[in-house]
Amino acid sequence: MYLVKVYVTLKKGILDPQGVTIRGALEALDYKNVREVRTGKYMELELDAPTAEAAREEAAEMARRLLANPVIEDYRLEVEEARA
Amino acid sequence: MKFGVVVFPGSNCDADCYHAVKNVLGVECDYLWHEDTDVAGYDAIILPGGFSYGDYLRTGAIARFSPIMAAVADFARAGGLVLGICNGFQILLEAGLLPGAMRRNVGLSFRCEFIHVRVENADTPFTGAYRPGQVLRLPIAHGEGNYYADPETLAALEAGGQVVLRYSEPDGRISEAANPNGSLHNIAALINKEGNVLGMMPHPERASEAILGSEDGRGIFTSMLRYLERRRGR
Repeated sequence: MYLVKVYVTLKKGILDPQGVTIRGALEALDYKNVREVRTGKYMELELDAPTAEAAREEAAEMARRLLANPVIEDYRLEVEEARA
Repeated sequence: MKFGVVVFPGSNCDADCYHAVKNVLGVECDYLWHEDTDVAGYDAIILPGGFSYGDYLRTGAIARFSPIMAAVADFARAGGLVLGICNGFQILLEAGLLPGAMRRNVGLSFRCEFIHVRVENADTPFTGAYRPGQVLRLPIAHGEGNYYADPETLAALEAGGQVVLRYSEPDGRISEAANPNGSLHNIAALINKEGNVLGMMPHPERASEAILGSEDGRGIFTSMLRYLERRRGR
């Protein structure tokens, strides 16, 4: 079994209204040095697959089809071996 | 003539759409369950507003994989009229039946109010009852109506007359102040290239009778009916 960590973020250059709002709040807390905040989603998949490479490939397909919207989002995967 | 209104888990404007079609327009209408796999016999399909699947993951992201959406996609490819309102628009985007995507509203507010839109294209099956440039007063109620498409797609949409409604001032001027959600080019409604699939964020079904404060939305439904009757008569 593999643990796949999926990070979904808005593509560079796409306005992130939540990030903008959080940056404003940080500024109000006197953190004047934050240039930008980008938000995203984090998901963990516990996945049965023969190899780590197979787990990665299948998770990538899931990300393209459902977990991320390729029009506005990018995804990044981390694959770890996990005990069943 | 027969319309179908799709009911997803979490739809909440299905009854309003049904009422607008059945009782205001006077046309036969059925509810279609999201697990149905067939839309044969229908002349138009409406994807209503709401929060299908709780808006989990992204608005419309789960609903687009409902069994009925494969049938709706086939129906659209065959030239059937598909109207997506609010969450229905978001589902059409996720399904790739319309280009682009929705982001959270600028300012993060859920905007629930009457706004104005200008009719940019009155030569569609959904807007034929309006005059070009006519300003409509319609309600919106959404947290994710901030439309995005890449610059090439946006240019193609504009060049092809696919921007059907644009957020405007009451006098029809297009301004940033009139844009409730940050949507690019003030886009409130889009049509596909083939001209038979329309997505719109405002709710015409909530503005189809005087008692609701506006009748400006009724033209969407009467346009569809008029188009279908003309097509059938050919």
